[in-house]
Amino acid sequence: MKHFLTLLSHEVRMLLVNPGTYIAAMLFLVFMGFIFTGILDTYSKTPQDVSPTIVFFQNFWFPVLFMVPLLTMKCLADERRAGTLETLFTTPVTTTEVVLGKYGAAYLFYLGLWSATGGFFYILSKFAADARFIDRGPLLGGYLFVAVSGLLFVALGVLASALTRNQTVAAILCFVLLVVLIGGVNYLADATWLDRDFLRHVKEAVDYARVLVHRDDFTRGVVDARQLLFYLSGTVLALIFSILGVEAKMLHS
Amino acid sequence: MSEPPPAIAVSHLVKTYAGITAVNDISFSVGRGEIIGFLGPNGAGKSTTMRILTGYLPATSGSVRICGLPVATQPDEVKRHIGYMPENNPLPEDMRVSEYLYFRGRLKEIRRRLLGPRIDEVLEVCDLKRVRHKIIGQLSKGYRQRVGIAEAILAEPPVIIMDEPTIGLDPHQILIVRDLIASLRGRMTVLISSHILPEIEMTCDRVLIINQGRVVAQGTPNDLRREILGRSTYQLELAGELAALPALLAGLEPSLRITAEGGVNGDGFRELTLTTERADELGEPLLRALLAQQFRVRALSRVHPTLEDVFLAATKRSWDVVAAAPPKAEKPKG
Repeated sequence: MKHFLTLLSHEVRMLLVNPGTYIAAMLFLVFMGFIFTGILDTYSKTPQDVSPTIVFFQNFWFPVLFMVPLLTMKCLADERRAGTLETLFTTPVTTTEVVLGKYGAAYLFYLGLWSATGGFFYILSKFAADARFIDRGPLLGGYLFVAVSGLLFVALGVLASALTRNQTVAAILCFVLLVVLIGGVNYLADATWLDRDFLRHVKEAVDYARVLVHRDDFTRGVVDARQLLFYLSGTVLALIFSILGVEAKMLHS
Repeated sequence: MSEPPPAIAVSHLVKTYAGITAVNDISFSVGRGEIIGFLGPNGAGKSTTMRILTGYLPATSGSVRICGLPVATQPDEVKRHIGYMPENNPLPEDMRVSEYLYFRGRLKEIRRRLLGPRIDEVLEVCDLKRVRHKIIGQLSKGYRQRVGIAEAILAEPPVIIMDEPTIGLDPHQILIVRDLIASLRGRMTVLISSHILPEIEMTCDRVLIINQGRVVAQGTPNDLRREILGRSTYQLELAGELAALPALLAGLEPSLRITAEGGVNGDGFRELTLTTERADELGEPLLRALLAQQFRVRALSRVHPTLEDVFLAATKRSWDVVAAAPPKAEKPKG
């Protein structure tokens, strides 16, 4: 892990000098801003049961589906295509260091984007001067959920990028993985044919992996160790497969 | 103390890709401080061999040692001893030259304190001072190539491996790169692959010709000439009675023969090509004998076969060998 920090700071620097980063960040913030003002608009017209913070985090999956592939598609696929991965591996770095460096930079950027949305709540509290709008519990829970689930989402993106040399393929693969994880699992859990007795264990597993339920729990302030374990183990698995993927591609280059 | 191990020692190296043999039982060794040229037609296995030497690709069988360290079991240690510039010299497009060198220096474990002065030094050596703050993507090919070389020598490794360092450069830039490589002689062991033969001949102490994954010839350019072509050639322009010439030549040196004869031109002179198996200089006795026999000579020169001729002869010979051998599925990768 001697080179991890060198690689991480290099990747962060590369993100910061890349204009694409700023375009993506701006699109993300504009989009989240629209969602946020939309929510405030609804709340100003009719009274609602739940806090606006909860509604805001209910929409988390939409930017995730688009931002994560855009953020991670480049990281390994592009370096492999350009051939710089080969020069990288002729220095005494390990594959683990390289993959973790890229993953770390992408995750930091992901966190940075989401923490920028904290500004919305700050502005709201400043101008509304009404503590009812800002519900501390859901806010903290929501950001905690974003941080924890982001570990897995970004790792899936890195995995997709490790498997191909084509950025577009990596982006589509990542998008599909995320849709399956967020939407597909939710759809399966609602399906009635899984209710049969002999499928009990499958049903349990599917229920356990429901990202949208995890989100509701977190924003309600329930932090379940099982859910944390789900994201952490998923992240570790995805990163191990990314490392193996990079090494396998190297053997057959 | 025993003698230090050779910089590069390769023995019985084999690499197969999915049934295709790219490198087939190559053995060679390179002494410290030597500059060695690695020649071969496209797909001969040059790049594959170089990648195995750097520890990037694992070999199928055989052993490679860099400064005595086995690549297969200690790849990390070996990578600290090698500076490598791959084919086409891939560089990150959106970094500045000095930033890139700093990043690579850190990866190569140069201490932070020493890295700044060392970067200044390689920028000076590679004549990159003017472009140190430029973005690599905007540099011309010659500069990019020099950035690649600067990167390879950055950590002062004992062994430098460059895959076609002069490909796509103009003659002026080739000259600069050649001088740069020559300036490393004695300090670092350099292995260069190239298609440009005169350049290899000028910079390299020794040449290794491989074809179809095998070493077909190795030695100094002069040794190779003698070994592969096995004769010297003289070009002669003379006027006189040709009938007397064969006897005269036989008297001088039995193996001396006329191999080509041009027509008589306007002023009675004709061009002749003579070959002999003698390697030493026959020009002077030949000239004397011709003048003594009333021949009028206006030009006599010894033809120096280029490395190109040697290369063509050596690779042709190996193809003949392969063709004569029982057919095997053997098509090296490009």
